[in-house]
Amino acid sequence: MTLIEQSATELLGLLKRREVSSRELTGAYLDQIDAHDQQIHAFLRTDRDRALQQADLIDRRRAQGESLGSLGGLPVAVKDVLCTRGAVTSCASKMLENYVPPYDATPIARLKEADAVILGKTNMDEFAMGGSCENSAFGPTRNPWDTERIPGGSSGGAAASLAASMTPLSIGTDTGGSIRQPASHCGVVGLKPTYGRVSRYGLIAFASSLDAVGPLARTAEDVALLLGVIAGHDARDSTSIVQPVGDYRAATRRPLEGLRLGVVSEHFGEGLDPEVAQTVRDAIDLFKDLGATVREIAMPHSQYAISAYYIIAPSEASSNLARYDGAHYGMRAPEAEWRDGGAEENPLVQMYRSTRAEGFGAEVKRRIMLGTYALSAGYYDAYYLKALKVRRLIAQDYHDAFEQVDLIVGPVTPSPAFKLGDKSEDPLSMYLVDLYTVGANLAGIPAISLPCGFSSDRLPIGIQLQGAALSEELLLQAAGAYQGQTTWHSQRPELA
Amino acid sequence: MSGTAYTTVIGLEVHVQLDTRSKLFCRCSSQFGAPPNTQTCPVCSGQPGALPVMNLRAYELAMRAAIGLNCEIPQFTKWDRKNYFYPDLPKGFQTSQFDLPMSQDGYLDISDPEGAFEERRIGIIRAHLEEDAGKSLHDEEAGKADSRIDLNRCGTPLLEIVSQPDMRSAAEARVYLTELKLLLTYLEVSDCNMQEGSLRVDANVNLHIDREEDLIATPIVEVKNMNSFRAVQRALEYEVERQYELWQQTGRKLGDVGVTKETRGWDDEAQLTRAQRGKEESSDYRYFPEPDLLPVTATGEMVQSVRAGLGELPAALRTRLAREYQLSPYDADVLVNQGRSLVDYFVAVADRCGDGKSASNWLQQDVLRHLKETGTTIEAFAVPGEQLADLISAVHSGALTTSRGREVLTHLISNGGTVAQAMQQLGIEEVDQSELEELCRELLIANPKIVADIQSGKTKAAGALVGQAKGKNPNVNPHDVQRICLKLAAEM
Ligand SMILES: [Zn+2]
Repeated sequence: MTLIEQSATELLGLLKRREVSSRELTGAYLDQIDAHDQQIHAFLRTDRDRALQQADLIDRRRAQGESLGSLGGLPVAVKDVLCTRGAVTSCASKMLENYVPPYDATPIARLKEADAVILGKTNMDEFAMGGSCENSAFGPTRNPWDTERIPGGSSGGAAASLAASMTPLSIGTDTGGSIRQPASHCGVVGLKPTYGRVSRYGLIAFASSLDAVGPLARTAEDVALLLGVIAGHDARDSTSIVQPVGDYRAATRRPLEGLRLGVVSEHFGEGLDPEVAQTVRDAIDLFKDLGATVREIAMPHSQYAISAYYIIAPSEASSNLARYDGAHYGMRAPEAEWRDGGAEENPLVQMYRSTRAEGFGAEVKRRIMLGTYALSAGYYDAYYLKALKVRRLIAQDYHDAFEQVDLIVGPVTPSPAFKLGDKSEDPLSMYLVDLYTVGANLAGIPAISLPCGFSSDRLPIGIQLQGAALSEELLLQAAGAYQGQTTWHSQRPELA
Repeated sequence: MSGTAYTTVIGLEVHVQLDTRSKLFCRCSSQFGAPPNTQTCPVCSGQPGALPVMNLRAYELAMRAAIGLNCEIPQFTKWDRKNYFYPDLPKGFQTSQFDLPMSQDGYLDISDPEGAFEERRIGIIRAHLEEDAGKSLHDEEAGKADSRIDLNRCGTPLLEIVSQPDMRSAAEARVYLTELKLLLTYLEVSDCNMQEGSLRVDANVNLHIDREEDLIATPIVEVKNMNSFRAVQRALEYEVERQYELWQQTGRKLGDVGVTKETRGWDDEAQLTRAQRGKEESSDYRYFPEPDLLPVTATGEMVQSVRAGLGELPAALRTRLAREYQLSPYDADVLVNQGRSLVDYFVAVADRCGDGKSASNWLQQDVLRHLKETGTTIEAFAVPGEQLADLISAVHSGALTTSRGREVLTHLISNGGTVAQAMQQLGIEEVDQSELEELCRELLIANPKIVADIQSGKTKAAGALVGQAKGKNPNVNPHDVQRICLKLAAEM
């Protein structure tokens, strides 16, 4: 195994023992990016000089015997939806192509405090809206396992960068499955924490009540390491959870005992690819070998989850994205286009119209329109309010389920990664790929996606574990135990 | 106005800026008057990713005001987003309160001390918290989209107080505003400075016209742009006439097809209202619960402690002053309307001299006039309450006449010190009783005609001696001179 293929925790050991410097490590990843990202396009931006400078600084401090933060010189890739002070944060949108935030998002500030080296910003679906990374205004990311295929989304760059050994750690965000689904398609581990466990301050909002920042990595322990850094209360996010953060790394090494797993039979029904179904069932059998008991549980309202999600998320998005109007920051349509437009319309309104028409991509516009409609007078009760009711029922289903079982286990996505362009003309079929993942966002609970096998086309397949609120330690314990018995996570694609 | 009888119906929406040190959802200062855009941060400038955190002080001040307005405080209140596009609104929505405001169902009693209308109870529909928008430094007129925006004000906490349409005249509306401002300044929740925009008024007005068993309502007009209470009164008076004439001409009424709420702006120079173009289209603000903020729970203890800390409010204070100090309602009103500091001063004076009525007279006739002439406030008034009280006592005891008392007050204002010191410096001494009797006896002996007049019952004749006595000794008390002369003449 080459240096860059090792796990983050292994690399941290090397750094601590000074067998490798942060500069060497950072350089090696940057070289890998240089060599392969033309093809994969996992990154929107890297800043070699800045990253190496940061690495040098950490190396120097280590040499002087200073105690370092818990990431002590490890490189991290960050999804381009988190604000980085003084460095462009675009959300993969033309609208924010040149936007330089005046502040660091809290998760970024915590990475810096933990002495991480930020390698660059990863590609995503525009404003995190999508499940394929094809909605990036700057071109799609390709799946390192098959570059004809999508890496998943919206954190497609985050997952692909790990699969392509371009980073040992990656930060993503998950509003309806945007960490777990690409993790599954790229054969890496991705965890969506409990809503509020990681601060959203500085996360450019898609749907505020659903958005979660979380770690992606190649092993459960690496994910635990990264989660431990970014999790915790933040006074600047009113929805942030105050409970203390657990010892996640220790949890991944704890043996499993008497785990009660629940299976939702509807999640193995129509629409699920048979290869995925079989692979997930095999993984469940392995949990049984580890002493777990498995029982069927009912989630009577899960069939409405997608419908509720695609009302609530766009409604919030329509308001969250109103600020991109060309008036204060970000893109403004060229003045010639609106200054002397039709005399009927106020130039201000024309400026808004042109700016938003040019700045947003098709999917973002679709969701803004959907949400604006759902919140409009006369439709609010029938759509938005009803969706909120469904959301409460779904949360209740989970609550009832977790009275009987510790974790719910099932597929992450209905099928392995599809080909680029396959679903881009059919938004509805694209929305259905979120079928198994949106429930956790609606209920605010944590969930993890783990590699559990490959399709006959040698495409990664993932398994999802969902737990009650603040059960991150249990999820990581189960994931650690599973990975102790399997090698799916240590396989790597051949890059051209 | 001639013709058909009608009733004027007015409801007011008042926005007051709460007197917090920082803004509603961030820690930026909310002070007025800083250079443009120097009091902003990622939160109040609407930067992508920034999140609001509620300023608890703003909520407490809002609760003080709401309880002072006799409102109910629901246990549970939440925030909502009001969505609309405007350059002074960097987030594209205003964080406000929609269906669950922090207070509702209150009232404010108003009365006119001059008796122009009966005491009235004006209902308060609700008072809710919201953030202020920024300020456009130019108007966005056609072709001028390069206007600049100052975001210093953006995010400042506002309390919106919505009254029932309970006011029946422009004069009532003005009294309501005056009383509301007085209450809010007593509560110390806002400085209510209209010039700096910390109190803004929008008025909804229409007419209910009586017509042979039929009640016709004219279309409701919202009047904006009024920069003083006087302007509010003028604008409403104008609007009432305009609406009546318009109704006579067109017969248009509320509920007719095509009748929507019209927004008109008051032009203070031209003294008329003008339709505000582009504002008549009805907006759908797409309110929905603000997902970035938690709902707020008002605990019983919190409401109790705010209520306990309100202090005595104007209405109660007027009643108490009238009762305890034997003041007329008019006098109590004048004193209370000057604010809490003046009332405190009055109480100090009245308690020490033991005469509320005199204390009130001295305050109204002398102190308030001085404050008005010099443009100062009671806090800056040079004469401590105890000195004014001693001065009043000295007038009572006869040691000073009222007019010499005024001289003493003027002296105290310019030089400070005590009443005794002032009297000494002004050469005022109390005349010894035997000395005074001696003086009166001399005068009577020198004026046998007057003595004869007094003895024959013409007591007024003694008045002529008062002037002579003052000529001999300026410190004599005229009443004493009169009394002693009458007594001595009777004995002669
Ligand atoms: Zn601010």
